[in-house]
Amino acid sequence: MIPEAGSGALIVALILALYGAVAAAVGGRRGRPALVESAQHAALGVFALLTAGALLLIYAFLSFDFSVRYVANNTNLGTPFYYRITALWGALEGSIVLWGWMLSVYTLIVILRHRTSARELYPWVLSVMLSVVSFFLLVMTVAAPVFARMTPIPPDGRGLNPLLEDSGMITHPVALYLGFTGFTVPFAFAVAALITGRVSDFWITTTRRWTIVAWYFLSLGLLIGGWWSYHVLGWGGYWAWDPVENAAFMPWLTGTALLHSVMIQERRRMLRLWNIALVILTFSLTLFGTFLTRSGVIASVHAFSQSSIGVYFLSFLALVVLSGLGLIAWRWDTLGAQGELDSVVSRESAFLLNNVLLVAAAFTVFFGTVFPLLSEAVRDVKVSVGAPFFNQVNVPLFLSLIFLMGVGPLIAWRRASLENLQRNFLWPIVIGVTAAALFRLLGVRSILAVVTLALTVFVASTIGVDLVRATRARRAMGERALPALGGLLLRHNRRYGGFVVHLAILVVAVGVTGSQAWSVHTETTLKRGEQTELGGYRIRFDGLRESQESNHGKVTGTFTVMNGRAAGAVLEPAKKFYPQQSPIAYVDYRLGLVDDIYLVLGDFAGDGTSATVKFQVNRLVSWIWIGGLVLTLGTVLAVLPERRKAA
Amino acid sequence: MRRRRWRWLLPLTAVPVLALLAYGFRLNPRDIRSPLVGRPAAPFALTSFEGAPMQLGALRGKVVVLNFWASWCYPACYEEAPVLERGWRAYRDRDVVVLGVDIQDKDEAGRKFIRDFSLTFPNAPDPSGKVSVDYGVYGVPETFFIDRAGAIRVKHVSAVTDQVFRDTVEALLAEPAPRR
Amino acid sequence: MRATVLMGLLLLLGAWPAAAQQPSRPVDDLQAYEIASELRCVVCQNLSVADSPSEMANQMRAIVRERLAAGETPAQVRQYFVERYGDWILLAPPRRGFTLLVWLAPLVAVLVGLAVVALLVRRWTGRRRATPPPVDAAMSERIRRELEREP
Repeated sequence: MIPEAGSGALIVALILALYGAVAAAVGGRRGRPALVESAQHAALGVFALLTAGALLLIYAFLSFDFSVRYVANNTNLGTPFYYRITALWGALEGSIVLWGWMLSVYTLIVILRHRTSARELYPWVLSVMLSVVSFFLLVMTVAAPVFARMTPIPPDGRGLNPLLEDSGMITHPVALYLGFTGFTVPFAFAVAALITGRVSDFWITTTRRWTIVAWYFLSLGLLIGGWWSYHVLGWGGYWAWDPVENAAFMPWLTGTALLHSVMIQERRRMLRLWNIALVILTFSLTLFGTFLTRSGVIASVHAFSQSSIGVYFLSFLALVVLSGLGLIAWRWDTLGAQGELDSVVSRESAFLLNNVLLVAAAFTVFFGTVFPLLSEAVRDVKVSVGAPFFNQVNVPLFLSLIFLMGVGPLIAWRRASLENLQRNFLWPIVIGVTAAALFRLLGVRSILAVVTLALTVFVASTIGVDLVRATRARRAMGERALPALGGLLLRHNRRYGGFVVHLAILVVAVGVTGSQAWSVHTETTLKRGEQTELGGYRIRFDGLRESQESNHGKVTGTFTVMNGRAAGAVLEPAKKFYPQQSPIAYVDYRLGLVDDIYLVLGDFAGDGTSATVKFQVNRLVSWIWIGGLVLTLGTVLAVLPERRKAA
Repeated sequence: MRRRRWRWLLPLTAVPVLALLAYGFRLNPRDIRSPLVGRPAAPFALTSFEGAPMQLGALRGKVVVLNFWASWCYPACYEEAPVLERGWRAYRDRDVVVLGVDIQDKDEAGRKFIRDFSLTFPNAPDPSGKVSVDYGVYGVPETFFIDRAGAIRVKHVSAVTDQVFRDTVEALLAEPAPRR
Repeated sequence: MRATVLMGLLLLLGAWPAAAQQPSRPVDDLQAYEIASELRCVVCQNLSVADSPSEMANQMRAIVRERLAAGETPAQVRQYFVERYGDWILLAPPRRGFTLLVWLAPLVAVLVGLAVVALLVRRWTGRRRATPPPVDAAMSERIRRELEREP
């Protein structure tokens, strides 16, 4: 009965969403507020019904209703309580439900916030939001019905994919989807602006916060994904340039470009066409990501099982891209370039360069990701495009971007005078160059590491110089140092929020550089009691033990760290043997601010006398996660309401 | 204002990309053509679960069906095990040999698999993985059909069906035996 | 081509790869790691052999070390895998022929982007000289802020 209620709710939600989308559009076109209001009610209904659907699905999980295929495929009687809730988004069908539900929440917030503030655009925004929701509801009810029954009812389910039984799996998809779906709102505003012809700057200022929030969640999702990969997948890294990681990274890149180019439009009324195109591109890339994960077109660790759902996503993607570009073509003349620049040396130019590099990076990632398809289409040969390629081609792009990160925020708008350049960049350049020399002297051998770290120092000192100068200015007006700094951050929270986000990126960059340049690894076979040394740490193999867990057998190795900061720590990497699956490695690690000790159990002798172990000392990886925290701070600061006017 | 008719070409720029993605549906990412097809099969010397030597070199002049499997490969390996056994029984008197290589597996699990399906053709573990890499194996199950001259003629990925087994083996048997 | 046929014949005759018989030499860890990190772990799709914790990757790493120990050059070891799996096994496609395209793409993207920006900047700076615009709201806001910040 419950499953029928669930699918019923979703079907009614689909009808309501379709009605709402049409009603809002007609209301907007004919100027009939009553219709728009009725669309609003429909959106409320969609939200309520989707919530009910999701709750019913959770109920089915909690009550082990194996008559529902999705439940039977993703849990069994041994699945712990929390994972039975998160199993909701553990596989394809349920993840669509989460996605749709988030969209309905966003729609609700749009209604609350913009109902009166964005009069002309609002009906169309609502219509676009509800159309996107309708698509996801269509997938939920027709393409991959989540409440589909299964006969005969199995006595026990198949269980959740063991790799997904991890706390990272609770938060990673949620953050990522909040980011993906978040870009729907700017997209809806962009389309509304195109349809109504009000392509001036209103929609941009209105959606700024939305873009930041979506961008933030996307960043967070990527970072948590890295963390999950690092501590669950057991390959010692956090980013593999897997097609699906790329799929989430591309909208991040174009979204970052958007955050910057929007500022030019706000100030200088330029780049209207470009910004609209970027929004549509970013939203399309989020759809492309969903398409990749769910179509099985490109093989990936993340790929959900193959299904016909890919056709739906590709059709929707085509609809969005083609109609988006069509609308741009239609409004071409109003969007026409109105740009004017005073000087090549200006913040405008820095931002334009930033956009070129970010979009070029996005294109590179896209081309590399679909290149295997192209190769097969053109010459029928399968090729791989993986980490060595992406690392090599992206490094120069990212380094240039870090450099621009130092230049952009401080160089003057319009025309930078020599005085402006000197005032802002003399010291940072001196400090950066000194840092490079220092790193070199300290024995950093990799040129790449020296360059990256020196650039990081350069950017950090541009921020420092700005803060010091501004604080000093306020102190001159009689404030004390700390309150002056605090007041500065809060009063110009948007500017300094941006700075803090930049700092966060720097911290992540240091983590990435350090882990690439200084991590060491070895793989050895140890007899019981034997030791091996790596990067200043010695570990001893103390033996193996075998155990039977609720749904798998497990062989655990015991290793003791003998020296260094982590002396005495016992690490227990294991290998899990699930029936009818190849064995899965279970890593053990000790995290540190500088060094992570990371062990993966390889082969072992059946009698437990010897074992092969992959032993890594990963350097500075923790900085990446710390960067995530700083990023959160910066984002909060940036989206706080601006106090400047009130002060 | 100039008439910018070309702007309507803008949406067309997306068409090739979308077409490429659509083309992707026709492909199976798991289906990777082996460069080994048509080339001589690499020799190997394994020891079967019973302790007998299992060598390819000794089987020249016969059609060899070389199957890579694992006990954890469910369901495909479980589907094809009876097929292979049937094929072996049907063709063993006609100069056809079926060989199984158990890869990335625990010995006991492999033995149990053989018992469960009462497999009578020779099976051997490949503890170092060398034979699997020599044959460019990237998953299980994979099956290589080797002709009388010792060349790999067909590589079949995923479970072998009775039909595939019969058709491929008959075709190879129909070829004239190579001159010695 | 003839060499491979010849080798194939040798192999068929039951001879073990010559490599296996040569005396082993010490293996450079870093070299082995580098080779392994360029090979695709065949069972896990997108991890390298160096990184993957899977059984198959373990075995492939062992094979890499063994072949190096037997005196093969890194290029020969790579070739050994390419002959069996095709270019597919290389995580970075070869920089020649068709796959050169993917290597050029980033360069082309950046160059095209820079060219477009250069063109626009030229056009826009030209326009500026023609008509000096009045001070707009954003500018006056900026002036106010600068004033506020400066002593």
